[in-house]
Amino acid sequence: MELNNDLKKRWHQSKVLLLGGSAGSFKILFRIVKTLPPDFGKTVIIVIHRKKNFFSEIEKLFGDHSRMYLREVCDKDAILNNTIYIAPANYHTLIENEKQFSLDVSESVWYSKPSIDVTFESAAETFKNQCTAILLSGANQDGAQGLLKLRNNGSLTIVQNPADAEMVDMPRAALNIDAAELILDVEEIYQLLQI
Amino acid sequence: MIEDAKEGHLLEPHEIEDLINVVKKIYGFDFSGYSKASLKRRLTRVLQLKRLSFYDLKHLLINDGDFFQHFLEEVTVNVTEMFRDPLFYKAINTQVLPYLSTFQHIKIWSAGCSSGEEVYSMAILLKEAGLIKKSFVYGTDINTEVLKEAKKGIYSLRKIKSYAENYQYSGLPGTISDHFTILYDAATIHAELKQNTLFSVHNLISDNVFNEFQLISCRNVFIYFESALQEKILDLFYRSLCPLGFLCLGSKEAIRSDAFKKRFKTISSKENIYQKIGA
Repeated sequence: MELNNDLKKRWHQSKVLLLGGSAGSFKILFRIVKTLPPDFGKTVIIVIHRKKNFFSEIEKLFGDHSRMYLREVCDKDAILNNTIYIAPANYHTLIENEKQFSLDVSESVWYSKPSIDVTFESAAETFKNQCTAILLSGANQDGAQGLLKLRNNGSLTIVQNPADAEMVDMPRAALNIDAAELILDVEEIYQLLQI
Repeated sequence: MIEDAKEGHLLEPHEIEDLINVVKKIYGFDFSGYSKASLKRRLTRVLQLKRLSFYDLKHLLINDGDFFQHFLEEVTVNVTEMFRDPLFYKAINTQVLPYLSTFQHIKIWSAGCSSGEEVYSMAILLKEAGLIKKSFVYGTDINTEVLKEAKKGIYSLRKIKSYAENYQYSGLPGTISDHFTILYDAATIHAELKQNTLFSVHNLISDNVFNEFQLISCRNVFIYFESALQEKILDLFYRSLCPLGFLCLGSKEAIRSDAFKKRFKTISSKENIYQKIGA
């Protein structure tokens, strides 16, 4: 993977890493969580679709294997550096301001709660160009609009290459509206996270 | 999601302040302590649904009192479920009801009850525990329209079916439909469960203590309030609880203020159940 200096600079300067995924993204997210170092230097926010009565199995599994401090978002939690936050099931996770989350139980978006769109759009409004966002495999259209808004606000936006994704719909929906600056294979995504 | 309206108006912070002031001055509803991220989303949604500009909305709010009721319904979030977070109900059943059963009367307040699903879930729980006859469940909300739905106690069969899984996980015997009379696609809550319930308007921000309760459940309401307002309402709840009464918050909400951490004992940190201690 050859990244030009401008992209590298924007990756290094971004304060927040947003990760959105649905069907087919679990393994990738799990590996990312396992790999990121405790002093990663960014806030990581993960939104992954799942069933509402799943009783937080994902949080436990991720938490047990994460090297960074990891927690499921609670209402009005502080947004801290070097921390991985997981959007809780059955809530939308919003960015209240640069320092604080807030939650919302309003209608599902694309049949999803948490919705990737909701968190990405909220992050775009608050953090403007300070994010890098990666949209992974998934079987619906959630995340595409949010990714576009992030791109329009100057954040670095990436989709998993549909050819490399278990479920193509989510990356493809983002590409259809030109929401992504970069299209990367999974291995390239892992590489990016380590530079 | 409304795609084309996405390109439309994005509310600026000063415009949100402006709308908050109009609503406060004319209707006495104070949204100034609401979480801004969510409020902005709700207001934007109203603009999209009604295809209004900021100025249209402001004009309607100032000049059309009927519109306001509708506005209130759209801006406040009225998404609720029966037995939402089933393990919460299980915890109430096993950790709280045995204690409450020693009281002569059990008064429960469901604050921000929306269309009544939580009130009737509590009523079902009390019935199964054999406590319904000496219990009373009050449901309050700021929204008169949703309270009308709550009072009816009639839900679509589709909705009731969607609560079946929650019910099962809550550990109660039988199925959720055991508590409803079903006719075509309408499910009506049994009269016995409705008997000891009362729904009325109450504004957590501006109204005061109206009774003394053994249990207050206010779940997924605090998420819409900023921390200072949350603390103000915690004080209202504290004063509304009997000694050793219980307070239940949503599963992702928390008592953050140190002052109130000392005045409540944690019964279940996972399900956010607290008990009033101290004076």
